[in-house]
Amino acid sequence: MASMDLVLYEEEIHQLEEVLKRLRHDSNARAVFLIDKNGQQMAADGDVDQFDTTSLASLTAGNVAATDSLAKLIGEREFSVLFHEGERDHIHISIVAKRAILLVIFDERSSLGLVRLRVKRAAAEFDQIFEQMAQKASAGPVEGPHQTPFSEITDDDIDALFSD
Amino acid sequence: MTFINYAAKEINCKIVYYGPGLGGKTTNLQYIYSKTSPDAKGKMISLATETDRTLFFDFLPLDLGTIRGFTTRFHLYTVPGQVFYDASRKLILKGADGVIFVADSQEERMESNIESIRNLETNLKQHGLDLKSLPYALQFNKRDLPNAMPVDELYRVLNYKREPTFEAVAPQGNGVFDTLKSVAKQILVELRKR
Repeated sequence: MASMDLVLYEEEIHQLEEVLKRLRHDSNARAVFLIDKNGQQMAADGDVDQFDTTSLASLTAGNVAATDSLAKLIGEREFSVLFHEGERDHIHISIVAKRAILLVIFDERSSLGLVRLRVKRAAAEFDQIFEQMAQKASAGPVEGPHQTPFSEITDDDIDALFSD
Repeated sequence: MTFINYAAKEINCKIVYYGPGLGGKTTNLQYIYSKTSPDAKGKMISLATETDRTLFFDFLPLDLGTIRGFTTRFHLYTVPGQVFYDASRKLILKGADGVIFVADSQEERMESNIESIRNLETNLKQHGLDLKSLPYALQFNKRDLPNAMPVDELYRVLNYKREPTFEAVAPQGNGVFDTLKSVAKQILVELRKR
């Protein structure tokens, strides 16, 4: 189970945030989110406070999972891009680096063409960052300040969480 | 799959409520939602049919407080219990850190309970997960109904690996938090071992 954990360290979060920031700016989007395929938000940029980000992440992951299964049912490997068009706001969803979901929310200040173009460029950058992360993870536990603090969790710590 | 974010100092874990249709999985979540203070929970989402049967999943994010400086967050999901929604059930199980099986205590639901546990085992395997090693608790729900089977008998048939077992009446909340706490603790203990 341990090998499946997703661990994000500060330097990687900053790198991911940098790419998101540039993407949001270049695509004129309202907000951009990077979400793990299991529905956890990894990073975001833009009018994030306008949205219930936890729900957004979970529903997006559910949507992608369902669409992935649909693709397989008709013999496709995946549908790599999803687009939902609203009256004012639109959502562009794409898979990056095979394990993450890039969600772009945009309105009339942008266009689908522009978003697609900028997403493509950002996706290549995300690929690189995730590649680095994978290499780091396969190199074994990180030494120094990032050493896992969880080995020191005591029974009291756990009980304290449930002390209500 | 626990998600540890060192930058935001957060641990996020996923718990899935599994079990046969109409067993009370959604009711467990609704009770937890109703009894949790607003600052410790997010919005509860139910993707349900017009007749309130779970269509895809229910979702409830819960914030349990901090542990060693890390905000500990649990994402609770239910699966649709009806047999023909198996494709959706499989999707929800992906990345689960722990599972709660909500069994229906009524005698006539016994076959459905057994079938659902087998289905759980099969679907977990497809995600490379093993029920034998996964944090897991068994809840005997609907203990208040007159046709509820004796607990001993339910345990004999449904117990999988001597997992912690709880009697519950979900609409009233009996056993609901005890079951959740049991699996949450098992997940954190697992985290410590890594």
